[in-house]
Order: sequence, then C-alpha cells, then structure tokens
Amino acid sequence: MPGARPNGAFDLSSATAHGFAMSMPTSTTAPAFHLGGKRSAAAAETAAANAAPETSIKISVRELNFFYGRSQALHNIMIDVPERRVMAFIGPSGCGKSTFLRTLNRMNDTIAGTRAEGQVEIDGRDIYTPGTDVVELRRKVGMVFQKSNPFPKSIFDNVAYGLRINRMVSGKDELHNRVQEALENAALWSEVKDRLKSSALGLSGGQQQRLCIARALAVRPEVLLMDEPASALDPIATQKIEELMFELKKQFTIVIVTHNMQQAARVSDQTAFFGWAN
Amino acid sequence: MRAMNESESPRGGSRKSRQFVSTVMTTITALCALFAVFVLVIIIGYIAMQGVSSLSLQFLTDIPKPVGEGGGIGNAILGTFVLLGLASALGMPAGIAAGVYLAEFGDNWFGRIVRFVADTLTGVPSIVVGVFAYTLIVLPMKQFSAFAGGLALAIIMFPIVARTTEEMIRLVPNSLREGALALGAPQWRVITGVVLPAAASGIATGAMLAVARVTGETAPLLFTALNYKFFSYHLDQPIASLTVQIYNYAISPYDEWHAQAWAATLVLMVIILTINIAVRTLTRKKF
Repeated sequence: MPGARPNGAFDLSSATAHGFAMSMPTSTTAPAFHLGGKRSAAAAETAAANAAPETSIKISVRELNFFYGRSQALHNIMIDVPERRVMAFIGPSGCGKSTFLRTLNRMNDTIAGTRAEGQVEIDGRDIYTPGTDVVELRRKVGMVFQKSNPFPKSIFDNVAYGLRINRMVSGKDELHNRVQEALENAALWSEVKDRLKSSALGLSGGQQQRLCIARALAVRPEVLLMDEPASALDPIATQKIEELMFELKKQFTIVIVTHNMQQAARVSDQTAFFGWAN
Repeated sequence: MRAMNESESPRGGSRKSRQFVSTVMTTITALCALFAVFVLVIIIGYIAMQGVSSLSLQFLTDIPKPVGEGGGIGNAILGTFVLLGLASALGMPAGIAAGVYLAEFGDNWFGRIVRFVADTLTGVPSIVVGVFAYTLIVLPMKQFSAFAGGLALAIIMFPIVARTTEEMIRLVPNSLREGALALGAPQWRVITGVVLPAAASGIATGAMLAVARVTGETAPLLFTALNYKFFSYHLDQPIASLTVQIYNYAISPYDEWHAQAWAATLVLMVIILTINIAVRTLTRKKF
C-alpha cells in the first residue's frame, strides 16, 4: 500500500465488481470519525490490490493537500484510480469528497483563494505542474454535477456545445451523429429524438441529468467525474443512470461521489471511504 | 402568562385586531400602488387631451414653419432616432462590456472603484454631461453636432447599461459556468456562448430602458446637438430632436407653438411607451 496510512481513515473496498465488502482497519485504536473537529478534512485510501489485475492506473494521487484560504479541506490524500473501472467515494457530508473530485479536473481553480499541494497524476502526468493546459485537461476529464445544469439552449445544442467549442467535428452530419451517439450512450435518445430543438429546460429532472451526462460524453473524455449524479432523482431515473455506468465503464474511467452506500455497492468496482482527519 | 392565554400569539394581539391591522395596511399599500398608476394616467391623459388636436399626418412629417403657417416635427422625430441610434451604438457595447467585466472579473479593488464611479455617473445631472460633451466635442470642432449630442446621451446610457448588465450576469447560476468549463471551454467562450445568452433578455431589457430614459433628455442636447430646421442625418451638423423642439416651442410666446409643443410631447410619450412595451414583449424568455 503506497504512502503512509492517513490518520483516521480506513478501507472500504469491494473485492469484485458488483460486490461490496467492508474491511475495517486492521489495527487502529483511533476512532474512524472525529466529527467534533473543525472544518472538513479527509483522507482516503483504497486497497489497490483489489483492482482487477489487467487494468492500469489512470489517476494516481499522492500526498494531496487542499486549502480553502487558510482552512485545510483535504489532508494527505493517497489514492489510485484504475482505468475503465468505477470507483466510488463515500463518506460523511462535508468531509471533502466533492472537493477532492473537483481537484481531479482542477475545477477548484475557479474558486478564489484555493490552493492544492501534492501530486495528481493522470496517465503519469502531474496536472498541477505549472504550464498545464487546464482547458485541455477538462476536455479529457469530464464532469457531471450534483445538480443538473443544462444550458438554456435546445437539447441538441446542449450536447453539441462541447463538440462545437472544441471543434471536434467537421460538418453537420458528423455533429448530428456525435450528438445522437452521446444521447444514446446516456439512454436518452429515444425520449428526446423527436424534440431535439426544444428547450432543455423543459425536460424532467432525471432527463436533464442524463442530458448533462450526454453532454459530458459527447466530447469523449477519458475520465468521467460524477458528483452525486443521482441525489435529486427518483429511483427509476437513478436506476437508469446506474445502468448507464455499467455501459460507460467499458470506455471511460468513472469516479463517482455518492451518499448512498447501496449505490456505491451496486455501481462500483472499488470504493474509497473519506473520513475526518483530526 | 395571561397574555398568552388570551390571544393566539403572544405579541400579535387578538385575532380581531390583527385582522383589522392587516386590512388597513393592505389598503394603504394598495392605495400607494394605485397612486403610481394614477400619476402616469393623469400625465398621459392630460398630454393627450392637449396634444391630440394638433396631431395630423402633416404635423408628423413636415418641418417647422413660422407661426401661422402650420409646420411639423418630422425632422425632430428623425433627429431623435438618429441621436438614439448613435447613443446606442456608442453606449451599449461599452456598457455591456463593462458590465461583463464587473460581473466576471470585478471582485477586486478596481471593480469596486468602477462600480462606485458608474453609480456616481448615474446620478450626475444630465446637463453636466451636456457641458462635458460640449467641452470635449463642440469646442474643438467649433460646431454643434449630432455626434456631440449622441455622445452625451451615450454617456448617460453607459452606467445604466453597465450596472444592469452586471446584475443580470450575476443572476446566471454559477453551475452553468462550471458546466461549460468542465467541457473544456475557455473562459471567453463560456462568457460569449453560455453566460451572455442566458442573461440576454435581462440585458436587452436594461439596455432598452436606458434608451427610453435618454429619449426624454433635453438638457444634454441643448448645447451639443442644438437644433436644426430641416431634415438632416449628418453627424457633424446640428440636428433637431423632439425634446429640444418641445422646449423651444414651450418657451415661445405663441399659442400655436404651445399647442404644437403639446402634440410633440404626446409623440415623445408614445415613442417612449412603445419602446418600453416592445422591450417587454420581445424579451420574454424563449428558453
């Protein structure tokens, strides 16, 4: 296991896909939670040995510390995310799961006064080295947010947005094909194919979230970060999104934050637990 | 303890007295709201009564004539639209750009200064803006001009447009920006492709209300655009405008010109109302 075991963290890892095993820390006298502590702090680690052997490591995080101004939100995170697997992050509210997820595509850069220390390597390249092209990084590492955030545009234009700004397609036919492909991947095509030109804001909550997934998939990212993508959805929409993830992990590496233990068990190949560090 | 038992709420008095206070207060606020409508209706009604008798097609299309020969305000209507077009062309892009800056990058000392200056500029009397344009354009060019008038109006529009744009852009949820950034959009494309379209109807409303506001300005035009007796669209020449024409007719000693001033005022009111109504109809949210 790489690096030192962080304070107050323990492992939860699933041995097999679809399975969910909870392994308590082997030897620790420290309690897992220090809920009385100030501001969230987190540490996570997974048992890398549980990953199916044939995959390589897509994201490797070493000694990551993250600060909002002076308050530290992440403490010494060490984690490896295997390629083409689903990794779930669970843990109590406010412990830094979303913050951590947002360090993986440097989305926290948009918040003034934040600072990250340590290494986040994607395909062996540290994304926090000066000179990293953040725009290029985010093209590679897509994100689906907790609250669906469709643009106030048509359904088609929402999905086409990433393709257009990144000039990924030449010509209308290719654009249309890519949009259709993304909507099919997000299991939304059959529901919207007759009204691609109508407003995305007219869709139901679950459809909007799948539209946001389609929008993220359209640019064919290598990694997909999902921040509680199903937290505001009903069980049927949730199930659709979960089924989607089984399909998606054939092509993408998926990292998902969830508050739902059963969901973590259902969708993930590995689960990392975020706890409070002092 | 006693009070608690007698009334349903410890501080609100009995149910009857609360209902009484509620009725009185609702009536007072409703009357005040009615007053706002009432004033506008009185003004428009009075202007219409005074002005409608002098209105005719000839009045709307002709140029001013000496007393007793009729004449009209066609050139003044044209001049007003030329001035408005010029002011919009200068003031709107600058105002919108400044608003974008303030909303997206303005959370620093520079932004705070700009915001304060813009608010102050909104409160500067329009005649002072006219003097400024006079000093800046008219004196060096040694000539009153439509351009000077348009610039004065643009200066009045600028802070209004800038601040409304800022407010409207701030209303765009941050989740939209993050959604676009997460797709690999550079910041300028997030602003032009997502933020501005999302705020467009609000910005358009603010911009058009600024137009409606300067349509009624007289003071800044008195010593910039001055006035002109004939049809003109030359920007380097003096130009007529409805407001200055109304002013000139109103201070004249002739009854005929007074009547024409009322009619011109009616035309001006109709133009301003039309702009306001058009804005509200056109900018209804499409998405």
